Amino acid sequence: MSDPTLLSARGLNLRFGAVPALVDVDADLWPGEVLAIVGESGSGKTTLLNVLSGRMAPQSGVVWYREPAGGLVDVHAMPAPALRALHRSDWGFVHQNPRDSLRMGVSAGGNVGERLMAQGSRHYGSIRESAIAWLSEVEIDASRVDDLPRTFSGGMLQRLQIARTLVTHPRLVFMDEPTGGLDVSVQARLLDLIRGLVARLGIAAVLVTHDLAVARLLAHRVMVMQQGCVVESGLTDQVLDDPQHPYTQLLVSSVLAA
Amino acid sequence: MNGYNFAYLDEQTKRMIRRALLKAVAIPGHQIPFGSREMPLPYGWGTGGIQVTAAVLGPDDVLKVIDQGADDTTNAVSIRRFFARTAGVATKTHTSVATIIQTRHRIPEQALTEGQILVYQVPMPDPLAKLEPSRAETTRMHGLAEYGLMHVKLYEDITRFGHVSISYDYPVMVNDRYLMSPSPIPAYDNPKLSRNPALQLFGAGREKRIYAIPPHTEVRSLDFDDHPFRTTRAPHACDLCGDDASYLDEVVTDNQGGRMFVCSDTDHCASRQALKEAAE
Amino acid sequence: MIAIETHALSKQFLLHLQGGVRIPVLRDVAFSVSFGECVALTGPSGAGKTTLLRSLYGNYRVGSGALLVRHQGAMVDLATASPREIVSVRRDTLGYVSQFLRVVPRVSALDIVAEAARGVTLAEARAKATALLLRLHIPARLHGLPPATFSGGEQQRINLARGFIGEHPILLLDEPTASLDAARRDIVIAMIREAVDRGTAVVGIFHDAVVRDAVSNRSHPVLPLQDAA
Repeated sequence: MSDPTLLSARGLNLRFGAVPALVDVDADLWPGEVLAIVGESGSGKTTLLNVLSGRMAPQSGVVWYREPAGGLVDVHAMPAPALRALHRSDWGFVHQNPRDSLRMGVSAGGNVGERLMAQGSRHYGSIRESAIAWLSEVEIDASRVDDLPRTFSGGMLQRLQIARTLVTHPRLVFMDEPTGGLDVSVQARLLDLIRGLVARLGIAAVLVTHDLAVARLLAHRVMVMQQGCVVESGLTDQVLDDPQHPYTQLLVSSVLAA
Repeated sequence: MNGYNFAYLDEQTKRMIRRALLKAVAIPGHQIPFGSREMPLPYGWGTGGIQVTAAVLGPDDVLKVIDQGADDTTNAVSIRRFFARTAGVATKTHTSVATIIQTRHRIPEQALTEGQILVYQVPMPDPLAKLEPSRAETTRMHGLAEYGLMHVKLYEDITRFGHVSISYDYPVMVNDRYLMSPSPIPAYDNPKLSRNPALQLFGAGREKRIYAIPPHTEVRSLDFDDHPFRTTRAPHACDLCGDDASYLDEVVTDNQGGRMFVCSDTDHCASRQALKEAAE
Repeated sequence: MIAIETHALSKQFLLHLQGGVRIPVLRDVAFSVSFGECVALTGPSGAGKTTLLRSLYGNYRVGSGALLVRHQGAMVDLATASPREIVSVRRDTLGYVSQFLRVVPRVSALDIVAEAARGVTLAEARAKATALLLRLHIPARLHGLPPATFSGGEQQRINLARGFIGEHPILLLDEPTASLDAARRDIVIAMIREAVDRGTAVVGIFHDAVVRDAVSNRSHPVLPLQDAA
């Protein structure tokens, strides 16, 4: 399979003082594919997500992104305006805490429409129409379009963040523990929603999670990280059902089967 | 006046302000930091505007000062007297004869001409400050011309009120590049900002920022395609001069709910009344 | 035509958490199945039948040897294939019915089946899924419900429908009739036979001798290694 990758990283290294956060990490992501990065807290998975998305610079190594026109760009060599433009349009970032990305004093519709306005949409009616369509896409009633997010539940806030992120039809979405901190039943609904949207829209995603069940449900492939190293990677069901590395075996065996 | 330099500020300070002004004129709408001085009146009374005026004022200039359009309110009178005493310049209330007009919250009704300078007093120079708390981030947004957030504010207004509810300090794009606060002038005055033959200078004393609109520069009020920018005024004619197009103040006249509408620009109103009397 | 063949296929589990104990399960397995043929994996419990079946699906990694699957006209070695190639082989070539249905929260039984269909529109997939579920005696009133609360037998039949709807050229079945009564078992037997008649290569583990005799052309014994040695 030689079809071109959407995102490729080679030789990423990053240390925080004496602590290795990334050690010689390589990663590839193809269009429409969901890649999960799993590992416990402090394993470097969120750092990897931040480096892959250009939000944090590695000390060495390179991250390539293939632009819609087909050209490769070095994410960490891009001028800041271009990277910010990428984050507003072609990419999305879903934070664990939706309050980190939502504007809590702006209505749900305004939150969803912001990326459209940032891209230059200047027609109120069509912005509002898109916002309503995306709210129903994430199962938020259209009647809530003018409500402030502070009146929303945790699960709704996370769904609102997803609508806000997907409104520009990104090709690549970075997700940092998107179901963290939610009730189990709310998690299930959100996971199903993400799964459906990603599959239907053909979005590629890099997903950081410590929850192996989330990885199994959403991801085609997983990378297992420990102390900044990728200790094992491969097909999700292969890694989870036939783990090879001691650390992966520990992770898999530590999960309580419901 | 003894003990003070011409126009109160020392020459070094004036030079510093003039350098900031030159930069501001070169980059229309862009906020230039400057070393704002302590002035002998409190912040909010026009310390920014006074410093700009002091820096551009020459002995032959004719100064007019208005506050909300009026030449005779405390603020306007005080500032006019301040420069009369510290610079000895002529002060007038006629818009057409003034070379420098310092203003708080209005643009004169009478069209300005080339060679005139309009100096605005600005409380809050950055329209983004109310929306984005981080100064570093707003600076970046200006640098990259990322102004989607300002439209989010307009979106919210239309959603809540059916129209953009900003009636003064209505944000504008200058020369299609920088988002700018026009200072708290009524939105009614916004169209006069654009392609104005006069030089428009803005000084924010507390926030220590100076910016400018050079003559004949394009200034556009933000809006949506389907909610275009519109000006509004009280649907009356002036009870003193009869003008039905000028910007009006509502004045309560008694305790029985009696009120009248008068031009906010006192010079404009007085000139029209004088013309009417002369004709009669 | 050969659908799957293995050469000297070996697989052992290395359990790091148990002090690095090695459990060899498969050694030098030579196995093949052709299109239009059904091979039953036989042998005592714990001999490694499921391990072999899961290896054939790419779920377990091959230790050594070759595991060739005919995919889009060429033989692909799952022992060395990249994850993306395995995804492609599974999508177009390999159907797999596991012992237990992996329930996805909130997804209806109908959609669990329909989303496994290949090369058809969503409406066609749903129509096909409805027909399959009805054939497997899942009443229509259950089609719209997520199967988390269904009985074991119902879940297994949904799993079967999901495995069969794609009409993959190769079908791997792990105890497809374990919790079914005789009448429903016969339906599954008929479905397997129809698939073989269409030219599907079927590899299965059938504990039920009736099913095994009814569907398989031949058996492939999988023996515990200590016995084989």
